[in-house]
Amino acid sequence: MSRIDFDVAHLLAGTLVLISFLELYQDRLYALLNVYAAHAFVLAASVAWQAYVQDAPHLYVTAVIALAFKAIVIPVTLHRIIAKLGIHREIEKVVGVGTAMLAGIGLVALSMVVMLRVTHGADPLAREDLAFALSVVLLGLLMMVTRRNAVSQVVGFMSLENGLVLAATGAKGMPLVVEISVAFSILIALIVIGIFLFRIRERFDTVDVQALERYRGERR
Amino acid sequence: MVLIRDLAIQGAQMLLVLALAPLFTGFVRKVKARLLRRQGPPLVQPYLDLVRLVRKEVVLAESASWLFRVIPYLVFAATWVAASLIPTFRTGLMFSWSADLIAIIALLGSARFFLALAGLDVGTSFGGIGSSREVMIASLAEPAMLMVVFTLALIAGSTQLSTVAEFMASPQVGLRVSLGLGLLGLIMVAIAENGRIPIDNPATHLELTMVHEAMVLEYSGRHLALIELATSLKLILYVSLLACLFAPWGIETADTAAPALAVGIGAYVAKLAVGGFLLGLFETSIAKMRVFRVPEFLGAALMLGLLATLLRFVSGSF
Repeated sequence: MSRIDFDVAHLLAGTLVLISFLELYQDRLYALLNVYAAHAFVLAASVAWQAYVQDAPHLYVTAVIALAFKAIVIPVTLHRIIAKLGIHREIEKVVGVGTAMLAGIGLVALSMVVMLRVTHGADPLAREDLAFALSVVLLGLLMMVTRRNAVSQVVGFMSLENGLVLAATGAKGMPLVVEISVAFSILIALIVIGIFLFRIRERFDTVDVQALERYRGERR
Repeated sequence: MVLIRDLAIQGAQMLLVLALAPLFTGFVRKVKARLLRRQGPPLVQPYLDLVRLVRKEVVLAESASWLFRVIPYLVFAATWVAASLIPTFRTGLMFSWSADLIAIIALLGSARFFLALAGLDVGTSFGGIGSSREVMIASLAEPAMLMVVFTLALIAGSTQLSTVAEFMASPQVGLRVSLGLGLLGLIMVAIAENGRIPIDNPATHLELTMVHEAMVLEYSGRHLALIELATSLKLILYVSLLACLFAPWGIETADTAAPALAVGIGAYVAKLAVGGFLLGLFETSIAKMRVFRVPEFLGAALMLGLLATLLRFVSGSF
């Protein structure tokens, strides 16, 4: 593999991590959705580059799926949900931006250390791609932990899944069937979550998940 | 002979930066005005402003001390030295042994320190607000800048600006994730340090939001002219720094003849034009932030620098 192939793959994976940080930084829902769309777009570009580098045409299908579903369908759907719920002006944070960012840097450091130590002797491209993918997954989890609004938790979940796809394409030889089924299950999950959002909203007049905790009698 | 030639080139570089600085400021203003579909002042307006200010009488506040009168010269000198240390069209300059990135940060830092003192000196409340905000922004921007510098130093193996620029111009550097992060971080720091729009609006005198203008509110005449010129120099300094670190194409490295120098100068002016246009575009498309959001913005810059250094440390190939 030539030098430039390696560098571009790296750069795209690194951009994905950077956009995960941007998601953590946003506190408006529409802005968050736009950043998520960018996340999915970069993922599609990264997968397409992997397809080109590994000479694996089925990965192009994965890239198209990522582009169509994750960069277009899901953001548009969430956009509509937010508009319908009328929560587009809401700002929500459990912890401040600074704390979330610091935690994020810690997670990136953790995933680098773990991955580079565990995968000793593997193909260097796959190795560092895996480290980036693990960072994206962990940042998605962090996003779900640090948000109270159900919609932004959904976005955290979706970007976590983007990290999984990045990992799967970096390591050679994920079957197309698996990828398609994962993509569809994500879509199904979106529908289910969408219905849930409306149910939560009907019941509690808010999509702040603290209401659920209060209802179950946890905390306060 | 070689010594004289080197000195001449260094002198040319210093004068070029000084001469282009007001023009660059005027260019950015023009771009912004055109994007708002206004005619805008002519490109040479900053020069005319400087001439007008120099001709005017200096009005000093009664409570101003000698420090207040000395500071414009100090600020201007420090900024000019810092700006002339940056390789604009040619690396390996006469004074490049002293053109250390950390030295440049220190020069800019001392200029800022004196300006903040001047804001406090007269004892008006505006000056105080301006100084306190400026120092707050600076205390957040400087660590971020240093982290970016460390990343560059780790990659190039030196903090010597000339060496770094030569390394960046050589084909050894590929696309690096840490360099991309460093570029973003440095752009954010540059925006904050120059008081451009999301942080501070250079075109306003609205009391509640101004930072830089509040500090220099008491200045007039030639003092104000020097400070304005220093502000323009600082802007061109950051753009040249970004250009020589992240877009080193066309910069001349070896000692060659006049045609190569012309190419270098042409490339530099082209880079400035692109940088000025992008700055104008960015400033028109974004709204000013609340002062209390500035720490978040600069925290993100610090985060980028930290991440870049981290990636560089953990694995050599990032």
